Order: sequence, then structure tokens, then C-alpha cells
Amino acid sequence: MLEVTKLECRRGDRQLFAGLDFVVGAGTLLHVRGRNGSGKTTLLRTLCGLFAPDAGEVRWRGESIRELGEDYHRDLLYFGHLNGIKCDLTGMENLAIGATLDGDRVDQSAILEALRRMGLTGFEDLPTRLLSQGQKKRVALARLVLNRSPLWVLDEPFTALDLDAVTLLQGLIADHVAGGGLAVLTTHQEVPLTSGQAERLDLGG
Amino acid sequence: MALNWFRFASPAAFYPLAGRLIPLFWVLTVLALALGLYWGFFETADRLGGGNPQKEYYRIIFIHVPSAWMSMWLYVVMVSWAAIGLVFNTRLSFMMAKAIAPTGAIFTFLALWTGAFWGRPSWGTYWDWDPRLTSELALFFMYIGYIALHSAIDDARRADRASALLAIVGLVMVPVIFWSINCPDPNQCAALHQRSNLTTIEGNILFAMLTMTFAFWMYSFATSLMRLRSIILMRESESLWVRELATIGGRA
Amino acid sequence: MFGVFWCILTRDLTLALRRGTDVLTTLFFFVIVVSLFPLGVGTEREVLEELGPGVVWVAALLASMLALERLFAADYEDGTLEQMLLTFQPLSLLVLAKIAAHWLLTGLPLVLIAPLVGMQYHLSDTAIWVMMLALLIGTPVLSLIGAIGAALTLGLRGGGILLSLLILPLYIPVLVYGAGAVTVSRIEFTDTQPYFALLAAFLLVALVFAPVAASAALKISLE
Repeated sequence: MLEVTKLECRRGDRQLFAGLDFVVGAGTLLHVRGRNGSGKTTLLRTLCGLFAPDAGEVRWRGESIRELGEDYHRDLLYFGHLNGIKCDLTGMENLAIGATLDGDRVDQSAILEALRRMGLTGFEDLPTRLLSQGQKKRVALARLVLNRSPLWVLDEPFTALDLDAVTLLQGLIADHVAGGGLAVLTTHQEVPLTSGQAERLDLGG
Repeated sequence: MALNWFRFASPAAFYPLAGRLIPLFWVLTVLALALGLYWGFFETADRLGGGNPQKEYYRIIFIHVPSAWMSMWLYVVMVSWAAIGLVFNTRLSFMMAKAIAPTGAIFTFLALWTGAFWGRPSWGTYWDWDPRLTSELALFFMYIGYIALHSAIDDARRADRASALLAIVGLVMVPVIFWSINCPDPNQCAALHQRSNLTTIEGNILFAMLTMTFAFWMYSFATSLMRLRSIILMRESESLWVRELATIGGRA
Repeated sequence: MFGVFWCILTRDLTLALRRGTDVLTTLFFFVIVVSLFPLGVGTEREVLEELGPGVVWVAALLASMLALERLFAADYEDGTLEQMLLTFQPLSLLVLAKIAAHWLLTGLPLVLIAPLVGMQYHLSDTAIWVMMLALLIGTPVLSLIGAIGAALTLGLRGGGILLSLLILPLYIPVLVYGAGAVTVSRIEFTDTQPYFALLAAFLLVALVFAPVAASAALKISLE
């Protein structure tokens, strides 16, 4: 369970939000909304512990993420504006490295299966620099298939994806939430859930 | 009544306090400077010269030595504030560190400059690779690095924290750097070791030197606080109390 | 633990080998700087023998520093660095792996090319061996200390120049003792021992503290 209490973040001398309180329970999707510059990305980065809030705190399973430190990262998957894949490595290699860093023991066939599910059959062994923007994003999103973290924090995961991929990703998120996972995301896209509950958070009035 | 020290950790509370302290520090600076310079120039024995008026240049030590001391002390003070800022996440400490850096750099430069003036008549050259001067040069580079890193980062928070970390790394390295400059040949370090002892200095010279050091301390307080006040105003320009201050000032 | 270290190390080596040119750039920079000096100061044998150790070390300093700018930059730009921060692996271990890969690609070639450069400066065989050993112990220290600066200047405008401003003063001890060892070896070989002891001590201390400081710097830079 992710708890946020009295969170305040500033960028430069501008206050983005203050006194933010919310709780995300198991099997819940939190949809963060707000216009550009309202602090959506900063909020998500704060939830991951990448950005230190000016006041308040984020708690995971009752403990402050500051104190949990790297233990918190075991339960967390963050997907930011950047894909986080190396252009000179193939999709296979990228995912294998990602899995090793996440401490997951996944074999080649699991990675192949993940790439196939993302519709990348035939592109597994190409350096990702040769792929299109959307395909790169698919490679990066294949992490969601492999990763077992209960908490997903996704920043605009739908941009640059075509309709098929959008449906695919919606399915992945819905499965994750239905399986008792937590997801926090910013998007302009609706995510229909099969089960579990969806909540909304509006930033910046 | 318990005095709450943390009250002044807030920029809003510290700003007026600093404003009241600055004139006091300036008065002390001027008084000590006058006394120290007078004593150094007119009351000290002409020891090194032995009556030779050409050796009068030794009196430059009344500026050179205190500024070299200050340059090192201020670096330690600056790093302390930066470290406090990193540990306790107090904005004012970072601002303090930033405010001290230019004063420290100026004293380092002054020590180098007066060192060159001393070197010309005594060594026949403005610059010699004397270990103490070279160490001072290294320290000058460290100050410049701190200031350069701080000004290269737009985001004030990252600038504060990054340059604080740099300053701490610098403080750890400074003894190693000084040592390596002072003793480039580890086979003969012991022989090269220079010893100086304050008690062997003649009373009048020591008095003038310490008075000048005091004057420089007061000057550092005064300039750092002035710089701190302008940093506070810039950083907090969006906050209510600064806006109020601006409207009051506008009306007056 | 070791698996993760190895994973990052091989990843960075693979990436560099696929790019190819990056490795050679540093090496050629080093060779060019060293080769230009005799053109500036004259080619008398005694002068070159005298200057050799210092020139080689200053060139090594500059080469290592130029290469450091790219240490974290590529991973920062494509977001993989951010992902590394968010794994539960200790960040300083990942940083250490990156530094190790970086040294293998930019530091080690300098050590290996040293005999060639030594011949340009008419150094004796002993001096060349001493220089190689000094570079072997000294250049990792440069990479380790430099990594802190690279992390601090990540993504800044004019990062390269700034990096040199921050890091070069910190290189002084390595320069003094690294070049000192070679100079002394021309007179009395056994006198070089304390130099190596000091360089090795620097390396051990840097190995322990630099990755920690660099990962703290990365966390600050990525906020």
C-alpha cells in the first residue's frame, strides 16, 4: 500500500503542489491528471524516490521510502519519459540486462515470449537503433511483462504507441491491477479495468 | 526563557537579524584594520631589515599571512555549512556556504598577490614554486571550481547540493594535495618539514598579525552576510515576506 | 552481487566495442599531445629525458579527463541511468562497474602505449617499466576521482570544461607521485618504492570512497 502524506514539491521557486494526501491500495489504479506543468512528472518521480519532496513523505507498506531505500526499489517499476534502453544493444540484450539488474532470473525463452507479446517477433536480434520510435517503446514496455514488481509507476506510457500497442498496454495494466498490483500513471488515455478500482487525482486545480 | 536557535534557521527570521549585525561587523572591521595596520607599520621593530630600509617590504606579511590563514579557514567554514545543509536539508546553510565562497576566493587571491609582491624583492621573481604558494594556488582552484559548478547549474537546489558535495570531496583532498606539493619526494619528507611556531614571533609583530586576522574575520562576516541577504532575497522572491518587504520599501 | 557488476561491465564494454571509435579517440589524443611537446620545446635529448615523465603524466591526466565526460552522459541521455538508480542493487557497485569498464577502455590503452611514448622521450628501459607500473596504478585513481566530477556535471552546458576545472586540481597528488616515480627511477631504481606505496594507497582509498561519492552525486544530478 502506497501512502502519501502532506507532500509538497517545488521546482526552483515555483510551488508545484502542497499538502497532497492520498492512499493507493492493492488492486488500484491511480490516474494522475493535470495540465502541462502541474507537476505530474515531479509527483511520479517523488513517488519513486528520485526527487526528494520539500515537505511530507511517501510511505510504502507503512514505512518511509527514505528509510527503505534500495529495498523499496525491489517492489517498484518506473517507466519514465525516456525508454531506458540502449540503442546499440538488441531487444534481447536490453531486456536481459534489465532483468539482471532487477534481480529476476529470466531465461531467453521468457524474454522471447515477452517480445513476441509486444509484437516484436523478428526484431529480437536487431540493434534497437534500427527500430521505429513506437517499436523502441514496445521493447521498453516488454519489461512490464517480465517484471514482478507490485508497484508500477508509469509516466505517459501511451505516447508514440499505435492503436494495437495501446490496447496491449491497457491489457497489461488491467491484468496487473486485477492481480492485486498497484499502478500510478499519467496519461490522457482512459484505461478500462477488468477488475479492481480506478481512482483519480487532479493536480493544479 | 529558552532561546530557540532554530528560529534563525529560517531565511525569513535570519534576514532582519543579519541586517542588524552587518553594520556592527563593518565597524569592527574598520577599527581592527586601522589598529592592525598602524601597529604593523609603525610599532613593530625593524627586525628583518636590521636598519636596512630596503627590507621594509617584510611588512607585507601583515596582510599576506592573515589572508592565507583566512583562505584556509573560510574553506573549512564553507564546507561545514555545505555539509550541514546536506545532512539536515536546511536551505539557509547552503546559502551560507555560497555566500562565503567569493570572500574565501578573494582572500586566496590576496594571499597569492601579496606573496608575489613579497617574492619579487626577496627571491627576485614574482612567482616561485614555493610549496606554500603552490598550495594556495591549488586552494584557489578549488574555490573557483565550487563557484563555477554552482553558477553552471540553473536549478538552485541541485546547484546547492552538487557544489556542497564537491566542496566536501575537496576538503578531503586538500590535505593530500598540500602534502603532495610540500613533499614531492617521499624519500626525504622528514627533512623538508617546515615548522613555524607562533610563540617564537616577536610580540609586536604577532599582535599586529592577530589584529589583522581579526579584522579579516569581521570583514568576512560582514561581506558574507551582505551576500547572504541578497541570495535570500533572490531565492525567496516569491514568498510572502519578501513581497511585503518590497511593498514597504516601495512606500518608504 | 558479482553478477550485477559483471553485467554492467560487459554491457559497457560491448557498447564501446560496437561504437568502436570512442576507444581509439582517447588513445590518439594521448599520443598526439605527447608527440606535440617535442615540437614545442625542442628535440634535444637531455631536455626530452628531463620533461618526459611530466609530459606523459599531464597528457594522461588530460586524456582521462576528456574521456570522463562521456562516462555517465550516454546512460543519462537514454534513461538507463535513471533505471539503474531505481534497481535495488547498491548504486555504488554499478558505478564501480561503469568506472572499471571505462578504465579498461581509456586507461589501460595508455598503459600499453607507454613504451612507445617512452621511446619518443629517450627514456631508459627501467624508466619505461616504472612508468607503465605507475600508470597502471595511477590511471584507475584518475578514473575514480574523475567519476565524481562527471556525475556532478551531468547534463550541464559546457560540462567538459567545467569538469576539468573541478577535477584537475584533485589530480595533483597522482601527478606529483606518478611523474616523481619515473624521474627518480632514472637515478636510483630502489627509491621508487615509496612512490608506488603512495599511489597504491591512493588507489585503495579511492576504490572505497569514490564510488560512494559518485553515486551520491548522481542522485543529486538526477533529481
